Amino acid sequence: MTDFLADARDFLPILLSGLWVTIAITLCALLLSVILGLVWALAGTSRFALVRGTSRVIINTVRGIPILVQLFYIYFVLPQFGITLNAFLAGVAGLGLAYSVYQAENFRAGFASVDRSLIETAQSLGMSQRMIVRRLILPLALRVILPPFGNTSIMLLKDSSIASTITVAELTRQGQLLAVSTFKNMTVYTLVALLYLAMSLPLSLLTRRLERRFALR
Amino acid sequence: MIELSCLHKAFGQHKVLRGVTFSVARAEVVCLIGPSGSGKSTALRCINGLERFDRGAITVDGVALGDRTLTEIRGKVAMVFQRFNLFPHRNVLENVIEGPVYVQRVPRAEARERALGLLEKVGLRDRANAYPSMLSGGQQQRVAIARALAMQPQAILFDEPTSALDPELVGDVLRVIRALADEGMTMVVVTHEMAFAREVADRVLFMDGGVILESGPAREVLTRPQMERTRNFLERVIHPL
Repeated sequence: MTDFLADARDFLPILLSGLWVTIAITLCALLLSVILGLVWALAGTSRFALVRGTSRVIINTVRGIPILVQLFYIYFVLPQFGITLNAFLAGVAGLGLAYSVYQAENFRAGFASVDRSLIETAQSLGMSQRMIVRRLILPLALRVILPPFGNTSIMLLKDSSIASTITVAELTRQGQLLAVSTFKNMTVYTLVALLYLAMSLPLSLLTRRLERRFALR
Repeated sequence: MIELSCLHKAFGQHKVLRGVTFSVARAEVVCLIGPSGSGKSTALRCINGLERFDRGAITVDGVALGDRTLTEIRGKVAMVFQRFNLFPHRNVLENVIEGPVYVQRVPRAEARERALGLLEKVGLRDRANAYPSMLSGGQQQRVAIARALAMQPQAILFDEPTSALDPELVGDVLRVIRALADEGMTMVVVTHEMAFAREVADRVLFMDGGVILESGPAREVLTRPQMERTRNFLERVIHPL
């Protein structure tokens, strides 16, 4: 146990540097996934069949390919087409794209949950389209979107470890490097696991609180 | 004050309105009756611009309904729906002040005062802080009426306001509507409540197959209908067995 604590003291600074990268890549990928997800979801409700169809194809394609393969493709294959991203950006792009399709489905479900007749009622009060979105559709859709969004965020946080395979120096990667150079597998991976928990548990709690706050009374 | 002339509307092949013409004078209460699918709700929804029509014209208070006058007309004509449609994420008071504060830019304090007065009028002032899900259907519909009144409209359209209510709650809502009639509010009411129509309506219009078949003073149409189809309809509504 004293060994563990002594080693932990040595390893933590390195692992913490990885932790920051994990947080950064997760937040950037989350933002990208939300933006792309909104685009897919809105395209899915377009009145043009071609736009709807394209959105469908993108969602099914991205959902059908493992995240690992998507990352490899962006990092190793795209440079051959003249698109070279550094490891961090490739990780953000890959994770953001992969997760955008789950976000899109979630957004679609959220917006679909808003009762048409409530929108009509708001119209009959003379509310403008913009005001209806802001005062009615968004608050109601968010109640449906938020709980799964919390889960998706936690999954993305954990899946950011996949970026270690394309040399992003995030938490898992730093752990791997430490483990091979010190052979202290148990200490290193226990710490890595604890650090992930330290991030995901608060996220779970936050999600639960948001859910309760937004629940319809 | 409300005039519909020769309104036509089709949903695809199905012609819902086939030349509907009627007018409603200020302070008049008109009940639209008729079998389901006869086009009465559609006609009502056209007045508020919730449904577009293919041909014909609607004017409210001298203003012709069109894309550019839609907001203006919605400010003059409020609507009460069959399923109440209260905003579930806002409490009773917030539901009532939503239109005045966010559409008409009435100061919040003033809107609140007025809203509480209206809630008093529909007998629900003590439920101002309740959420719609905590209210009975009849209470929700009365809040919806207060919400419509809060816009200070010149007329109110009711789309089967009691059809979604348990029978014992119908009376509370109808009493509120009758009180409005007594105050001289202009109203168009799509309803299946014949007793209410007979008592409160100045005029009853019987619609069937997308046209108005018969119209006249409430008592006359309801007790001495001229047309065969009106007689059949009333017979079935009054004696369902």
